[in-house]
Amino acid sequence: MNLRNSRTPEPMRLEKPGLEKPGLEARGLETQELEAQEKELNQALANFRQSVHAWSEAEYSRPRSLAPAAPHRSWRTASAWALGCVLAAGSLAGGLYDRHHHQELAAAAAREARAQQSAAEQQFQAAARQQDEKLFADMDRDVSQEVPSAMEPLAQLMDETNP
Amino acid sequence: MSRMRVNPAREQASTPVMAAGTLAKPMQPGAPMEPGIPMEPQGPMEPEAQIAPQMADELAAREFEGMVAANRPHIFRLLLASTRDVDLAETLTQECFLKAHRSWGSFRGESSVMTWLMRIAINLEKDNWRNRRLQFWRQTRTHAVDVDEASEWLPSGERNAEQQLLAREQVQHVWRAVEKLSGRQRTIFLLRYVEEMELAEIAAATGLSEGTVKAHLSRGLSKVRAEVGGAR
Repeated sequence: MNLRNSRTPEPMRLEKPGLEKPGLEARGLETQELEAQEKELNQALANFRQSVHAWSEAEYSRPRSLAPAAPHRSWRTASAWALGCVLAAGSLAGGLYDRHHHQELAAAAAREARAQQSAAEQQFQAAARQQDEKLFADMDRDVSQEVPSAMEPLAQLMDETNP
Repeated sequence: MSRMRVNPAREQASTPVMAAGTLAKPMQPGAPMEPGIPMEPQGPMEPEAQIAPQMADELAAREFEGMVAANRPHIFRLLLASTRDVDLAETLTQECFLKAHRSWGSFRGESSVMTWLMRIAINLEKDNWRNRRLQFWRQTRTHAVDVDEASEWLPSGERNAEQQLLAREQVQHVWRAVEKLSGRQRTIFLLRYVEEMELAEIAAATGLSEGTVKAHLSRGLSKVRAEVGGAR
């Protein structure tokens, strides 16, 4: 192993604020427990370091061979592209459906608006016709009241000639 | 580790590194340098340099070759531990020394060569991570091994089977904790507990202050402690 320094760096101790000061015996037990934990952590860190060194040395000294990487990545790349295509197709189809749905809604709304408009027009025309008829009727009545009857002048003449 | 100072003319006319310990044909003296590399002012050349520029090139090449041979395993180890990807670690190590070669002339020896190289490697790893996030569709495949596989590596030593099992479990827990650390915390943790660098060296390599390094290390270590302690 090519180690620069065989000494493992001491991990920093973390204090636990807010703990009440226990008795001597309890404190001793706690200290022992903490020491055991520190020892275990040191051991774990040393093992980790040795493991990384061993792995690195093994990989570093492993003979290399140039191999085409394409066959290895084929299925993953293909699945990634397939997933991408499915997602793209899905979003496209969703977009088209949404657009079509919107168009249908708009057409229905236009139809309804047209129907409403024609109904309103018919109603308006009926009202106008009714109003005209009423107006003509009123005019006839007024004229008939204001104009003397057709025989009245003759009747006057008759009165004058036959006193 | 301190670097031998050589003549600036020699430093600028060094050779590109192709692989560990393999050096390409030396550049001709006076050949154009890579852009971005500061040129040192060249005063009147020393008689030695005038007489034997070829020898100076060879000396610089040998010096760089020695530097590569001495530091390459450390850089590879850091990158391997950071990425858990052998191929990527090799590629980044290669890139690191290529960058180092390009900037070799401007290296002033303010920090150790190792620290300088570590800094380049850390930046490369960071850049790679950023690029990977952006290039998902181009690089769907990752070669990174999982924590269990990484924990298989243990020096046999003089341990019995039980001790080896225990050690493997501990390594597994540390890997799991390391996996959960942020990028910066992981780098600092690995520099401290794998490369066994001092806080000042880590600060120089990461470009952080010593206080920040200490804080990151403390947070990282508490996570490792919780993972190792939680396993009991």
